Amino acid sequence: MRIQVNGEAREVAEQITVRGLIEALGLASVPVAVERNKDLVPRAQHEATQLRDGDELEVVHFVGGG
Amino acid sequence: MSAHTSTDQLRIGAHTFSSRLFVGTGKYKDLEETKAALIASGAQVVTVAVRRVDLSAGGEGSLLGFLRERGITMLPNTAGCFTADDAVRTCRLAREILGESFVKLEVLGDPKTLFPDVVQTLEAAKILVKEGFTVLPYTSDDPITAKKLEDLGCAAVMPLAAPIGSGLGVRNPYNLEIILDTVKVPVIVDAGVGTASDAAIAMELGCHGVLMNTAIAGAKDPVLMASAMRKGVECGREAYLAGRIEKKLYATASSPLVGVIGSKHQ
Repeated sequence: MRIQVNGEAREVAEQITVRGLIEALGLASVPVAVERNKDLVPRAQHEATQLRDGDELEVVHFVGGG
Repeated sequence: MSAHTSTDQLRIGAHTFSSRLFVGTGKYKDLEETKAALIASGAQVVTVAVRRVDLSAGGEGSLLGFLRERGITMLPNTAGCFTADDAVRTCRLAREILGESFVKLEVLGDPKTLFPDVVQTLEAAKILVKEGFTVLPYTSDDPITAKKLEDLGCAAVMPLAAPIGSGLGVRNPYNLEIILDTVKVPVIVDAGVGTASDAAIAMELGCHGVLMNTAIAGAKDPVLMASAMRKGVECGREAYLAGRIEKKLYATASSPLVGVIGSKHQ
């Protein structure tokens, strides 16, 4: 199925979870936060949250800023 | 340092700090320079931004690791947000990353001046306070807005000294004085400082802290400027606590006037 991650289209496996996506992106050890269709997905729900075709995800972290 | 100043602590919400200099972590040449400048500044609070992970590069967690190691408090900002909605979403994401509710709220009104949109800022502050965030809002030097932000439950107010990154220094000391007189929460000057004397002026007015990024990161020698800013903030604070003399138009002699030899000017 096709989803959007940080504004880019991406092909992912059916029934992938938020946790699965983070791992597939190589970010398992990076402190990130995830928004799905503009709603925050709390860390405790990453494993249980299954993505659907057309979902729009934001995966963010901290960078230097003022 | 005297006993008076060593017990002089800044309290914001549940946090207590002995340093009154808050610094940003943007615009440095590299991570090493960022770290060296942060150490030289003595800052206990630093701002960080929330951004999309560059999926081609992967995440970088080294700044985060360094800040945690040194026990520096991270203050995530909502820089780049132009609506209350985006700022609120950014704060929720920041809390998720950090597990802390300490945020610098910044809702900009226009990309040229980077002045805050105070209507959007007030709207976002209301939601964030309700959601349990400790909100430190960047705002204009308008005392009415500062009071409204305090009334909404913000833990501090952060009026600008001058536009972000302008280095113009404190352009309206009188408004800052009125804000200091109007609100009970800490007043942190955020943005516009150019050099150490600007920071000192803000502190001499009675501001409780100063937040800056460009003035340090953009200096020819950022590490040396970070050290200068640390001293500027400290000396301004001490001068404020010491209580300056009144300004007078005419001279007042420092040496005794009696017992002067000769007989002129008697």
